[in-house]
Amino acid sequence: MLSHLPILQVVVPMLMAPLVLLIQPARLAWALTLATSAMAFAIAINLVQLTTSDGPMLYPIGGWEAPYGIELQVDGLSALFLLIVSGASTFVLLAGYQSLISEIKESKLNWFFGAWLLALAGLLGIAVSGDAFNIFVFMEIASLASYVLIAGGPNRQALPAVFKYLIMGTIGATFYLIGIGLIYIMTGTLNMSDIATKLPSVVDQTPILVAAGFISIGLALKAAIFPMHAWLPNTYCFAPNMVTAFLAACSTKIAIYVLLRVDFTLFQSSLIGHLIQFKIFLIPLACMAILAGAYMAMRDTLAKKIFAWSSVGQVGYIILGAALVSHSGLTAAFLHSFNHALAKGTIFIGIGLLALQAKSGELSSFAGLGRRHPLAAIAITIAGLSLVGIPGTAGFLSKWLLIQAVFEQPNGVIALLAIVLVSSLMSVVYLARFLETLFFPPAPAGSEPTLPLGATTILVLLALSSIYFGLAPALPMELATQAADTLLGYGK
Amino acid sequence: MSIEQQLIALLTIPALGAVFIGVMGRLHPNLREAATFITAVMLASVAWSLASAVSHGARGEIVLSQLNAALSIKLHIEPLGALFATLAASLWIVNSLYSVGYMRGNKEKHQTRFYIFFAISIAAAMGVALAGNLFTLFLFYELLTLSTYPLVTHKGDQATIKSARIYLGILMGTSITLFLPAVIWVSMLNGGEFTLGGTLQGKVDGPTAGLLLALFTFGIGKAAVMPIHRWLPAAMVAPTPVSALLHAVAVVKAGVFSITKIILYIFGADWLFSLNTTQWLVWISAFTIISASVVALRQTNLKRLLAYSTIGQLSYVVMATAILKPMAEIGAALHMVAHAFGKITLFFAAGAIYVASKKIDITELAGIAKRMPITMTAFTIGALSMIGVPPTGGFVSKWYILAGAFEADNFLAIFTIITSTALNATYFLPIIYVAWFMPETVAPKKEHGEAPLAMVIALSITALLALGFFFYNAPVLDLERQLVEVMQ
Repeated sequence: MLSHLPILQVVVPMLMAPLVLLIQPARLAWALTLATSAMAFAIAINLVQLTTSDGPMLYPIGGWEAPYGIELQVDGLSALFLLIVSGASTFVLLAGYQSLISEIKESKLNWFFGAWLLALAGLLGIAVSGDAFNIFVFMEIASLASYVLIAGGPNRQALPAVFKYLIMGTIGATFYLIGIGLIYIMTGTLNMSDIATKLPSVVDQTPILVAAGFISIGLALKAAIFPMHAWLPNTYCFAPNMVTAFLAACSTKIAIYVLLRVDFTLFQSSLIGHLIQFKIFLIPLACMAILAGAYMAMRDTLAKKIFAWSSVGQVGYIILGAALVSHSGLTAAFLHSFNHALAKGTIFIGIGLLALQAKSGELSSFAGLGRRHPLAAIAITIAGLSLVGIPGTAGFLSKWLLIQAVFEQPNGVIALLAIVLVSSLMSVVYLARFLETLFFPPAPAGSEPTLPLGATTILVLLALSSIYFGLAPALPMELATQAADTLLGYGK
Repeated sequence: MSIEQQLIALLTIPALGAVFIGVMGRLHPNLREAATFITAVMLASVAWSLASAVSHGARGEIVLSQLNAALSIKLHIEPLGALFATLAASLWIVNSLYSVGYMRGNKEKHQTRFYIFFAISIAAAMGVALAGNLFTLFLFYELLTLSTYPLVTHKGDQATIKSARIYLGILMGTSITLFLPAVIWVSMLNGGEFTLGGTLQGKVDGPTAGLLLALFTFGIGKAAVMPIHRWLPAAMVAPTPVSALLHAVAVVKAGVFSITKIILYIFGADWLFSLNTTQWLVWISAFTIISASVVALRQTNLKRLLAYSTIGQLSYVVMATAILKPMAEIGAALHMVAHAFGKITLFFAAGAIYVASKKIDITELAGIAKRMPITMTAFTIGALSMIGVPPTGGFVSKWYILAGAFEADNFLAIFTIITSTALNATYFLPIIYVAWFMPETVAPKKEHGEAPLAMVIALSITALLALGFFFYNAPVLDLERQLVEVMQ
């Protein structure tokens, strides 16, 4: 039974998706979706335990051995991202019921939840897949489903946003596919570990180099790495609040996962000069992302867009850590993926709850809401502090590790250090601006219905876990180290 | 209790106290104030017993959490931290008494929130005092900044928010961009552990040590070494008990304490003395002392004047530490105590004057001593201690710092102390003279005498402490001698 977990991880949400479509009362559909997501979460936890204790798991679908059959592969790296994706989905669903019914027509909710499960299945499928083409398939499933989720809200501005996302996402996926195609032509296989063994013996490396370029740029588009981030801010901003929370926590990260997996597994060990190219290409982009994201976050006046821009910057941190191509850099990047997913998810859930009482998405409509709902606002504050990297929160550790990794660099230490530190300060500014708006103006007059109690409790628990993982980070630290080991292990 | 248990108690008592205060605040204000008192008294008694154990040579440490192979949250106890913890904990009792009078006399809103964050700030200050490595020190240092922010913004109006932005901006800005990289850098060199005598020697060369020292000095903005001082006057928008305990004792002393501790326990004083790349610290602190006094001369708002006086007095501690000779290090520790007693008295007096008469400007203070003789007596004692006139505590610490300066043949320090004493006298004595001997020029809005009794008692106690420290300072000396035993 346990050996089937890799396939169950994907199959459970995928098969439940059409079933949810048939369920009518919205509440029941929600409960079923939540149960499915929780099951996926439980499977992910199991997989984390299994990979930690027994090492990577390979699962040939239908018993067809690789490289002829399709293979699923769960190792320390994919386990971390399975945990992030399924956890994000579960907690967002758990806290998001009221927010979802306030934004989406009740008659459409079962369709919405169906799409949610497909998105979940797609994202999880990307992480378990050991086959480069299957990654593309799952990527498309996840993307198409998330276009539906994003456009499903009441906000008409989501439509142009999602159209932009669709165009850019398709270009990204196509680029990836072109790259995989080139590799297939040169090696005759799609299985990742098989490609890895065959690549070095390919005589003409030029098509591989082109493939690496296509794949890197295509995935950079999907991961919203600056300057290919243009689709992200509006998409996050105008999507239904809980969709934002879900996608912000995990969708760009899964693209980063693919980027790193393909890059480290396939190219770093075999392509001559690729390492340098990878660094020279990504480090400047990461630096620009960090600064531009934080700068735009400081200037924006839409509550959710502030934190959407912040995501652009935070993706930059993750890429910077990875692009240093050192064990400490990768550990920092993966730890930051986890911490950022937790913090950003919490913030967007919190904003979603407060938005139940805000007239619009403008920052000014949130004025004084922190006085009315101190618990939710304090939870946002704590998650925000983790985002900034205040000591005692989870975000501080990943930033500490990132700075340590920067210190270990042979050159450019001061410039990189300055960028990381200055951007932290900028994040203090945008966070403070948001919190000042929440706390200092007088509480809005008029109706004061309380926030849903259960959702608030989840929100507070999530915020507290940001502190817990800041003081006792054994679990994410081990996962991140394991993920870094996995990637660097391929080189040897 | 064992040393380890006491260490944990020092951290948890105020933290749990904050919860206790919050619960009691829902029931009745009197219960809430009682909770604050009980917490403060418990904390101080633990701190005293720990300090006395330390002065008999006891030491201890405890790891609270091991984050990864290299990082841990760790508490330890040594003479300097014991002194700082005891000082802050003891003055918290007096300050709580004063707060009751001030907050009620001034009819402030959100008093429960005030007491809760006050307790959290004290917990953070304890963490700074007991930090067993640089990482832990940084953690509690930042927590102290964040937990005082709601106190600084207590009033919640536009002017307050603006000042609080300066407060948070400067403190966080310097700590993130300068202090943090220094902490990480040193942690990678020697694990960031505190060892008396330092462990950096041989690991970095002279110029690098100078650079690191600069990162620490300016990164620890709470020490208010110029040009990182603007946050302190900005913080004066807080209610006076906050200015008194936090921005004259706990927060600012956390700054100079951190610098002193890092010099003694990370760099090692003897090694720094042998380098010529660290002398600038005496210069910059001397500059801060003199220019803060000159700026104080031009202030008319009493609390702002006291803030600039604090900036100067903090740099006394930094300069004393930077002299790097045993007598001066003892002087630095003594000055933390002496200045604490004197400055908290001055702030208490300023707050008492405000509550009784709503006066905040020194030009309005003429003749006020006739209405408030006890307050102004305490103010006078506090001011004399700032100047360093015997028989006040300020004299003792200046004596030791001077002795250290002679020991090191540091004529710059000697010149600075003498000049600044003259300047201090120039801005404090006129206030005292006018208050006692001139007729009242600005009539108060309504007739008044002394401030509420709780405040008068509190400021009398601290004034007596400022006097008493001149006669009875042996325990502090015994404690701090252990700091310099390893020095040449």
